[in-house]
Amino acid sequence: MTCPEGKSDERTRLLPVRILNQGRYEAVTMLRNGEQLILAVFLPLMALVALCVTPILDGYGTSRVNMATPGILALCAMSTAFTGQGIATGFDRRYGVLRFLSTTPLGKAGLIAGKGIAVVAVLAIQVAVVSIVAAFFGWQPAWTGIPVALVSLLLGAAAFTALGLLVAGTARPEATLAVTNLLWILLAAVGGIIIPAGNLPDIMQPFVEILPSAALGEAMRSALIDAAFNIPAMLILLAWTVLGGLAAVRWFKWS
Amino acid sequence: MTVPNDEPCLTIKGLIKDCGPVTGLDGKMIRVLAGVDFTAHRGSVTALLGANGAGKTTTLECAQGLQPINGGEVRLLGQDPYGAGADLRSRVGVMLQDGGLPPSARPVPLLHHIATMYAHPRPVEELVARLGIGSFANSNIRRLSGGQKQRLAMAAALIGRPEVLFLDEPSAGLDPQSRQIVFDLIAELRNEGLGIILTTHLMDDAQKLADYVYIIDAGKTVAQGTVAELTRQTGELADQRLLTFDAVPGLELAAVGLPHLATAEPVSGHYTLRGAITPADLAELAAWWARMDLLPTAVHMASRSLEDVFLDLSGREIR
Repeated sequence: MTCPEGKSDERTRLLPVRILNQGRYEAVTMLRNGEQLILAVFLPLMALVALCVTPILDGYGTSRVNMATPGILALCAMSTAFTGQGIATGFDRRYGVLRFLSTTPLGKAGLIAGKGIAVVAVLAIQVAVVSIVAAFFGWQPAWTGIPVALVSLLLGAAAFTALGLLVAGTARPEATLAVTNLLWILLAAVGGIIIPAGNLPDIMQPFVEILPSAALGEAMRSALIDAAFNIPAMLILLAWTVLGGLAAVRWFKWS
Repeated sequence: MTVPNDEPCLTIKGLIKDCGPVTGLDGKMIRVLAGVDFTAHRGSVTALLGANGAGKTTTLECAQGLQPINGGEVRLLGQDPYGAGADLRSRVGVMLQDGGLPPSARPVPLLHHIATMYAHPRPVEELVARLGIGSFANSNIRRLSGGQKQRLAMAAALIGRPEVLFLDEPSAGLDPQSRQIVFDLIAELRNEGLGIILTTHLMDDAQKLADYVYIIDAGKTVAQGTVAELTRQTGELADQRLLTFDAVPGLELAAVGLPHLATAEPVSGHYTLRGAITPADLAELAAWWARMDLLPTAVHMASRSLEDVFLDLSGREIR
């Protein structure tokens, strides 16, 4: 039924305004949460410092910090998009927040878009903090590779957001908390995100290389060390984004 | 074309809803709603009454467009609510049973955030004052009492100046003060012309608030009418009266000589007489008290209540 007076259009703010407001609100909520802040900022910084003062990455790349920083930035994307956003969404689902917000003009699509904006906003802060600390350790990225690195990071964030939503929308929040934290630790350690898959035992390499963590780590290292566009890694990330997104749309339960 | 005001704001016809697959039942689907009929009008409070598990919340979720339906028809303000756009959602306010508020948020900032979605929201300050939210404006929502959360959820539902308001169990967990605030506000909003749809399993609430009541049982509408109509049904139950009085325990009511009334002492010292009680019966009972030199500590006479109607329809046994 149409409304000829046209008044109904004026009842809500424009969709982009609603989404941006929701994104800002969610980003502030994430940053106000102590555990999320530890996961998003302090753990990646600790990993960066550890890799810069220990010889774990010696023999690869031009310096420890040049080798470590791209992987730490990839780790930031995984922290925020997968673990942080997954846990927050899981609990929002438990408390009926998703149902309530989908009855407001924001709607389901606006809610998901708002989460995407929040992830990007928090990621921007993480990138700034990590880059500044890395600079103190003498980080010298391949400057021409920075646009490619940013595209890789956004694609990686999209893939991990889709996967985080998939877990949050299908499992109980306690299970989501356990699974996303456990996967974060496992992927950070042996998922090829900080330590390249090539350094892992031969038998693991083919499996690790197709993980989104390894693909994002490789894409970031190619961009920021060699100023190169790593096509296979980007294709793997794209595949995870599409498959994870489709699975989330198919199986996500709102209540 | 505009919708005339006497047209229903919500119509549900023969609503069928299956849920599942249920793991405990070999992955079979359960029919949660098997034919719910419900109509609500602007400027009135329509209650959906039913026992726990009768399908009240599922009916509301289908009406709000939160769930797809498996059969029948749902029209909310003339539209199919499932998959409807922001335009329809902006005209409808929803208070969910569990509140749906993020526990880590603070009440007033949250209300301000929700207000950003609407072009002309109700002023947050006005709602805060009206619903007494000021005293806990900046506490974490997880620290609020049930009544405080309920009032906050009501404010959140009203921010967008809705034409239709859904309230799922609005009096759950309310202390007497909160209850008064919420009930007064519901009556005021009804007078402003909102179509208010609420669920409850408390007969008292339905009797106090509702202009029109639908009773559902096991996923079906089994009765409808105004409270007066429902409690004045024809048939042998029509002149049912209930007289209760409190006195010393162990009295032999059979000695009163009122064989057409069902008498009982369900609680020691608390007596009930049920049936077509006449003024002559009352005189007989009072005369008996006089002969016994007995002064009851309390006497109460009631007609058939909504609770009686409800129990007659949905069975008195516990399911």
